[in-house]
Amino acid sequence: MSSLALQVAQAAAAESGPVTLPGWLLVALPLAGAVLLLLGGRKTDSFGPGLATGLSWASFGLGVVALIQTLGAAADARFTHQVLWNWIPAGSFQLNAGVLMDPLSLSFVMLITFVGSLIHVYSLGYMSQDPDKRRFFAYLNLFIAAMLTLVLADSYVLLFVGWEGVGLASYLLIGFWYKNPTYATAANKAFIVNRVGDMGLSLAIAALFATFGAVDFATVNAGAEHASTTALTIIGLLLLVAACGKSAQFPLQSWLGDAMAGPTPVSALIHAATMVTAGVYLVVRSHHIFEGAPNAQLAVAIVGAITLTYGAIVGCAKDDIKKALAASTMSQIGYMMLAAGLGPVGYAFAIFHLITHGFFKAGMFLGAGSVMHGMNDQVDMRRFGDLAKYMKITWITFGLGWLAILGVPPFSGFWSKDKIIEAAFIGEGWRPWVFGTTALVGAGVTAFYMSRLFFMTFHGKARWTDEPKQHPHESPLTMTVPMMILAVGSAALGLILGPTNIFTTWLEPVTGHHEHGEPVLPIPILMIATLALVAAGAFLAWIRYGAADVPTTAPAGNALTRAARQDLYQDDFNEWVLRRPGAALTESVEWTDHHGVDGAFEGLATLTRESADRLRTIQNGFARSYALTMLAGVVAIFGALWVIN
Amino acid sequence: MDTTFPWLTLLMVVPLVGALLVAALPAAMADRAKQIALGFSLVTLALTVGAALQFKASSLSQFQLTEVHEWIPSFGVSYALGVDGIALSLILMSAILTPVCILAAWHDVPEGGHREKNYFALMLSLLAFMVGVFAATDVFLFYVFFEAMLIPVYFLIGSFGGPRRQYAAIKFLLFSLAGGLVMLVSVIALYFQGPKGSTGFLMQNLTGLNLDVTTQKWLWLGFFIAFAVKAPMWPVHTWLPDAAAAATPATATLLVGVLDKVGTYGMIRFCLGLFPQASEWATPVVIALAIVSIIYGAFCAIGSNDLMRLISYTSISHFGFIVFGIFAMTTSAGAGAATYMINHGFTTAGLFLVAAMLVRRRGSTRISDFGGWQKITPAVAGVFLISGMSGLALPGLGSFVSEFLVITGSYSRYKGAAVISSVGLVMSAIYILWMYKRVMTGPTPTLVEPVKDLTMREKFVVAPLIASFIFLGFYPKPLFDAVNPAVQRVLSVAGVSDPAPATPFIATTGGEK
Repeated sequence: MSSLALQVAQAAAAESGPVTLPGWLLVALPLAGAVLLLLGGRKTDSFGPGLATGLSWASFGLGVVALIQTLGAAADARFTHQVLWNWIPAGSFQLNAGVLMDPLSLSFVMLITFVGSLIHVYSLGYMSQDPDKRRFFAYLNLFIAAMLTLVLADSYVLLFVGWEGVGLASYLLIGFWYKNPTYATAANKAFIVNRVGDMGLSLAIAALFATFGAVDFATVNAGAEHASTTALTIIGLLLLVAACGKSAQFPLQSWLGDAMAGPTPVSALIHAATMVTAGVYLVVRSHHIFEGAPNAQLAVAIVGAITLTYGAIVGCAKDDIKKALAASTMSQIGYMMLAAGLGPVGYAFAIFHLITHGFFKAGMFLGAGSVMHGMNDQVDMRRFGDLAKYMKITWITFGLGWLAILGVPPFSGFWSKDKIIEAAFIGEGWRPWVFGTTALVGAGVTAFYMSRLFFMTFHGKARWTDEPKQHPHESPLTMTVPMMILAVGSAALGLILGPTNIFTTWLEPVTGHHEHGEPVLPIPILMIATLALVAAGAFLAWIRYGAADVPTTAPAGNALTRAARQDLYQDDFNEWVLRRPGAALTESVEWTDHHGVDGAFEGLATLTRESADRLRTIQNGFARSYALTMLAGVVAIFGALWVIN
Repeated sequence: MDTTFPWLTLLMVVPLVGALLVAALPAAMADRAKQIALGFSLVTLALTVGAALQFKASSLSQFQLTEVHEWIPSFGVSYALGVDGIALSLILMSAILTPVCILAAWHDVPEGGHREKNYFALMLSLLAFMVGVFAATDVFLFYVFFEAMLIPVYFLIGSFGGPRRQYAAIKFLLFSLAGGLVMLVSVIALYFQGPKGSTGFLMQNLTGLNLDVTTQKWLWLGFFIAFAVKAPMWPVHTWLPDAAAAATPATATLLVGVLDKVGTYGMIRFCLGLFPQASEWATPVVIALAIVSIIYGAFCAIGSNDLMRLISYTSISHFGFIVFGIFAMTTSAGAGAATYMINHGFTTAGLFLVAAMLVRRRGSTRISDFGGWQKITPAVAGVFLISGMSGLALPGLGSFVSEFLVITGSYSRYKGAAVISSVGLVMSAIYILWMYKRVMTGPTPTLVEPVKDLTMREKFVVAPLIASFIFLGFYPKPLFDAVNPAVQRVLSVAGVSDPAPATPFIATTGGEK
């Protein structure tokens, strides 16, 4: 049976697959929590946060059941498709809403619900003093529901609902402390930049419909190999625009740094572990499209390579601990995007790195939150130092995350990121050299900026401010226990899933089996080169930020440092090339509307009235003159259409 | 084919009787005017639901619930009513929005008495005319309702609005009358192209006429100009922001949410339905104007510093999408446009009515007079945000389904236009979120007098609207079942069929063996 016929059979079987529990429940539980907490008002203040946390764990429980049931089936039968209802029957456009549970979506379900639930627990401690705690947990639950919708959707349109839902939750949480206008602006910026990506997604779906006459994954995947390369390239590039918005990839990355305005658990969950990786999910989910469109695929890899470098450079210069971590997130997602753009050789590693990154980056963000908690919400790393003595648990858990992101064996990043570097060196012509070298050098830079962050925060001399007086202290157990669990994941997850090939085998039914090509350089050499660069980066950071004194005010720095502090002038570019011309255009359109379009009607009215005055045929001029004006307008339109004809 | 029970007539008679009753209330009972008006509007709503239940989506006839009686046979005019799915949906939307608006307008005429009676009587009479204009299946009768509608709206704006009400009411009236006059010429000329006789104005006698193309174009223009003014499209839109800003929010809602739909409804029913060749001839220009409306309206909305004007400019942008969907002439874009009319009605109601709650509390419509209000009125902020999300067509809400279908359905035929229209996605996010930011976020202001958060009455105003956003976002099937046959009929009259997908699925499976 051909793969096409197989997929047609899959599409036709409405209720099929090993998972018997209703998939929509995973979404419904946290959604119900969000609705209850928002509508319930103050009555739910006392139990709301706990309930939201419980519902998130319940979703995780259901996810585990679905995972076990799926694992019980043969590898090629691990697809569960549940059709829910007839959603949009609009003429030739017909679409059902349905749930798709396959190895790819279930991997995400596990990441989202597990890390998400841990962050719920952490937030119980972190937000305990916030008067708007209930609203915070409602938004967190809303986020979980939307993110699960995104990954469980069986069509691009339902995915779009989750896609925008996480955007909404992100917007609400970035602007959670809405009394600060800067935060509210950051929230708007995140939503609006993401909307540019959404434009891409909308048009991608439109192009999918024009090409395949349907927008569900099964039909699109089955038809992809028969579609023209041009059509697939257009769709692929539009999907890439969408992915760039959501995953903060160049050139739509400018919102992520500002998004750190949100409470730190939000940065950990949404802007590090889950939502920002949705773009990678979209690309891997659409791999049938990209495989038929080599140019679009190359564009994905290029965007990934640019962003991984961009984020790494910015990360080296940031003194705000959260913004440094955000730059790192951008860079790490660049790695994933690069891997996804390498084709079948990279999909599994993209998702694998996405999962391990979800653990270690969330863990480090929670660690940063713990530091802020102990330091009166200070975020300037030049005002940290020597915290290892005072916050032992935070130091150790953060340290494990640091080792993981550096790719030190045997921690998680070693198994996932180094695989991406190896894969980037596979291929022919210039590509392996450019992509491979970028990924390799990026690893060294990553080691530098992450070590800089780690040493500036936990080692060296204490540089705390006196005003307000700092008393660094360890955070409560509700916060440290999630950090410990994530640290265990950062340390061990890669070792469990990596060398055993469990994860790549598990994803194979979705991403397809691929015989590994040989990198252009031998693997041992790549591995040694990577480790050498990582060691060099970390050593340099130790010299400059661990052993040496760190000035409490940033030195002027060279041109590159200054540029990196300003996010390589991305905001200035946007300001001068987009916002200011946009504002000027808005003003001129408004002026035209008032003085031009309406002014024409008004002017004609006045003119008529005045000539009427002169001709001494004044009646009660006003109404009449308007009627005449209108007649003139009518004649004008007639004339215009006549000319066009 | 007449049904035995005159549902549609009843839907006009009940609010008209209500209007007369409210207007004639003795002075002693004048303070009961709004309760009685609300009662009549709710009875009308119940009857509309009853009528909707009689409607069979699977029916093969163009109109259902039909009534035909002679009216002025010497001029060929009949009293003929009937609905297809689009008209029925619009009538149902009017019947839902009227009680919502009456409830929202509860304190609009604080002095009470005679003026208050008139205010609510006018609203009820407007409902009757709105039913009539959507239900008329005689072209002349349609024209009569089309013009009659102007009367209550003129008085609603001119007598009950804000400071610029006189100017706005006259402007509204003249734009509408001018459009109507041009249409009247076409209506009469059309009669002489048809079979004439005592039923010569009936739609069924005027559909599918074998007109020569030049005549068609002129007749088409007469109708289209009237509808473009009403819709309103660029460049004949300038009456709308003035009217909406000067009117009471309830009037603005009925004006923009319902009345303006006569324009887009008319384009489907008359421009496409009666003059298919002329419609095809004009399509490039109409689509260009629609795209201009989308972008231009959005720019003006971004630049507005007045809540009411901002919301009316968003409508100009959204009407651009509706017109684009209509003239893209595919079943999916058409269904998108038809349902957009409904979704836009509820969205606009949400935006206008919630904005009005803020304006009442603050005593100003200027956006710069707000800031930090989320702290003062968190629940109002919440419903304002939800309405705003509907305004920017957030996936999951009804307006998304429609806007998405317009873009998707038109892409295969007009790629360039679809791509430009999608810029509206970004712009809508800018105008909605920037408005929300300026009104709701920032430091908490100190108010002279404390204000209440969402009251019970206001909850009843917003609850049906929010319910409609969500229901139509997740289960729009009943609405699509109603409008699909009507859209398909129009397109088959026009002789257009959907472009086939580039990679037809069935064909490739056939070739696979």
